[in-house]
Amino acid sequence: MKEEIIIAGFGGQGVLSMGKILAYSGLMQGKEVTWMPAYGPEQRGGTANVTVILSDEKISSPILNEFDTAIILNQQSLDKFEKSVKPGGTLIYDPYGITKAPTRTDINVYKINAMDTSIEMNAPKSFNMIILGGLLKVRPIVELDNVLKGLKKTLPERHHHLIPMNETALKKGMEIIEK
Amino acid sequence: MALEDIIKPENLVYKKPDIMNDNAMHYCPGCSHGVVHKLIAEVIEEMGLVEDSIGITPVGCAVFAYNYIDIDWEEAAHGRAPALATAIKRLRPNKLVFTYQGDGDLSAIGTAETIHACNRGESIAIIFINNGIYGMTGGQMAPTTLEGIKTATCPYGRDVKLNGYPLKITNLLKELEGTRFVTRQSVHTAAAVRKTKKAIRKAFENCLDGKGGANVVEVVSTCSSGWKMTPAKANKWMEENMFPAYPLGDLRDRDANI
Amino acid sequence: MSEEVKLMKGNEAIAHAAIRCGCDGYFGYPITPQSEVLETLMEVEPWKTTGMVVLQAESEVSAINMVYGGAGCGKKVMTSSSSPGVSLKQEGVSYLAGAELPALIVNVMRGGPGLGTIQPSQADYFQTVKGGGHGDYRLIALAPASVQEMADFVGLGFDLAFKYRNPAIILADGVIGQMMEKVVLPDFQPRMTEEEIAEKCPWAAVGKPKNRERNVITSLELQPDAMEQNNIRFQEKYKTIEENEVRYEEIMCDDAEYLLVAFGSSARICQKAVEIAREQGIKLGLLRPITLWPFPKKALADYANKVKAMLSVELNAGQMVEDVRLAVNGKVPVEHYGRLGGIVYTPDEIVEAVKNKIM
Repeated sequence: MKEEIIIAGFGGQGVLSMGKILAYSGLMQGKEVTWMPAYGPEQRGGTANVTVILSDEKISSPILNEFDTAIILNQQSLDKFEKSVKPGGTLIYDPYGITKAPTRTDINVYKINAMDTSIEMNAPKSFNMIILGGLLKVRPIVELDNVLKGLKKTLPERHHHLIPMNETALKKGMEIIEK
Repeated sequence: MALEDIIKPENLVYKKPDIMNDNAMHYCPGCSHGVVHKLIAEVIEEMGLVEDSIGITPVGCAVFAYNYIDIDWEEAAHGRAPALATAIKRLRPNKLVFTYQGDGDLSAIGTAETIHACNRGESIAIIFINNGIYGMTGGQMAPTTLEGIKTATCPYGRDVKLNGYPLKITNLLKELEGTRFVTRQSVHTAAAVRKTKKAIRKAFENCLDGKGGANVVEVVSTCSSGWKMTPAKANKWMEENMFPAYPLGDLRDRDANI
Repeated sequence: MSEEVKLMKGNEAIAHAAIRCGCDGYFGYPITPQSEVLETLMEVEPWKTTGMVVLQAESEVSAINMVYGGAGCGKKVMTSSSSPGVSLKQEGVSYLAGAELPALIVNVMRGGPGLGTIQPSQADYFQTVKGGGHGDYRLIALAPASVQEMADFVGLGFDLAFKYRNPAIILADGVIGQMMEKVVLPDFQPRMTEEEIAEKCPWAAVGKPKNRERNVITSLELQPDAMEQNNIRFQEKYKTIEENEVRYEEIMCDDAEYLLVAFGSSARICQKAVEIAREQGIKLGLLRPITLWPFPKKALADYANKVKAMLSVELNAGQMVEDVRLAVNGKVPVEHYGRLGGIVYTPDEIVEAVKNKIM
């Protein structure tokens, strides 16, 4: 098994941390993992993306031309990465802030209203966990248990009380993702 | 009377420190470096620190200080002695770590290292020879060169419009909370030599009592070659011209609330 | 080895490995993309456990001179920076080489020249292996291609530095520094005792005991004939290193008709390019120099008898390609493919370059 994923959006949306949790979840599941951020000085508001690769075998390049799965959280990222999804691959996007929906027909496109849902849940910070839940529903590359273990690894101890809320968000994401 | 009748321990009135070796010094006649070297050697010996001293030599006339005093030394790149001293002292906190620097090394190229080592309050001693000129490279202008003084690189005299003002770096250092003892001395008379020795001893003692803080002993010095004067005239000129710009005395003594 | 697998950035691996391999002191100054080295050390506070000193210096210049001071008194010390900061360190690096001091320098390269960009680059190859500072000297240069190697090369770099009394450098880049991967950290190794320092570094300025002459750490020797002798001694040492310490990795080289030569992150991307090319029926292999100096000249000369052409793939305008050409000595064509200023090629671009440039 090998899954090559790009997560792209605005800085501050939790793009890098979602990637990190995914990477840790892969680690917990015994996978080989790379997490490669397009790093930069933009902490908030600028574009941010991260490539996460989970694989049963040793991973060669952390830099890729094309991806099995793209998680797209803003229009610029859609413009940039829609074409980089492998034929037959998966594209997940949150319509919030997307003005021109994806047009490709040779890939599986999923929509997830994570932004709106996180606001409804009164938990805007769990936005990225809703997205991650959606991903795991359509691409079950890691088990939920391992995601929770991964969360524990990435969150500092003082935030461990937030894990149940994140679990709820993950499950919500699994419910609301739609084709 | 035969020579061996005279050279007897009971007739001994003066002796150089054991760790001052017999290598012939390269310093010019009348230069202050030799006197300050001897004072450092004396203090190290008197404090019983021969095995526990690490000195750092600069780039400048004193680069070869390591040839004359038998302790362990490191020779620094130009201006970087306080950076070396910082690391050595932090890695070997029980050692006496001191730098020996001239005015170009300390107050031109090494200004940042000097200020930051002092500001961090490193438990080191900085012996600063200020003769207002670059000796080793042949008499060029130093940051401390007095206004109007002619040097190879200000042949018509230091013009403050062109070169800025003589830098009183020690006055800056005494303002830093990290410094503990900052003093300005000289070695032009026997009394001055004794005072300087006392200051060096105090600086070295401060380095080892665990209370922290940087210690700076400036020695206003002569450079008869650079100044193109006889040693006697250089001393007189220093008193008349250098001392008004660089007045002697303690500038900061944290332990005495100065 | 403690088999606990961790996930961390290359920069973080450097910091943790330093603590674990008995490093006595780290002196650094923040610069992207390597600031996590100092940040991690400050967070872990190793002075409370191993006694390792960590200090944020006032500049890269000061940091490298702290390294000089620390190395001169027999301690295992290091610094890290990124390209512009490493340029500032070059004077100190030359002094370390001239005074024959063991020390470890880490360069997590970014695009230049000048302030450049903060994105990954490999344009400091020349600076690293051809001098950088003044004078005839060499650095033992290790090029990690994974987070695991970032961790492993800290210990290796120190070992080689002490073995040869010569500074060593880890030449990484923004990809390797910022990427997170699985890593098994080295086992804890205690810092050197004073007895070990006395045995390993009898030259160190530690305070002069009665039973030996004073030790002086210096690179100065005003007598040209004596300075020539010093240089001859350095060159003999460098020759010994060249004979004994060449390291490289061969990937799919056995039946290769075409050979990629790449180090660090480029080698990782090239590995994928090899996979893609092989799927297309192109017999492509990859030779990855692990030591950039000493350079795997002989291995490349041997491959010149087996392959049709070589492509040196580097994130620069063509630097290592000169060493590849020297090694191959005209036997087969050697071309270069690179991207500049912080742009990183994709595996596909490299496969295209193979087709366009050497097939």
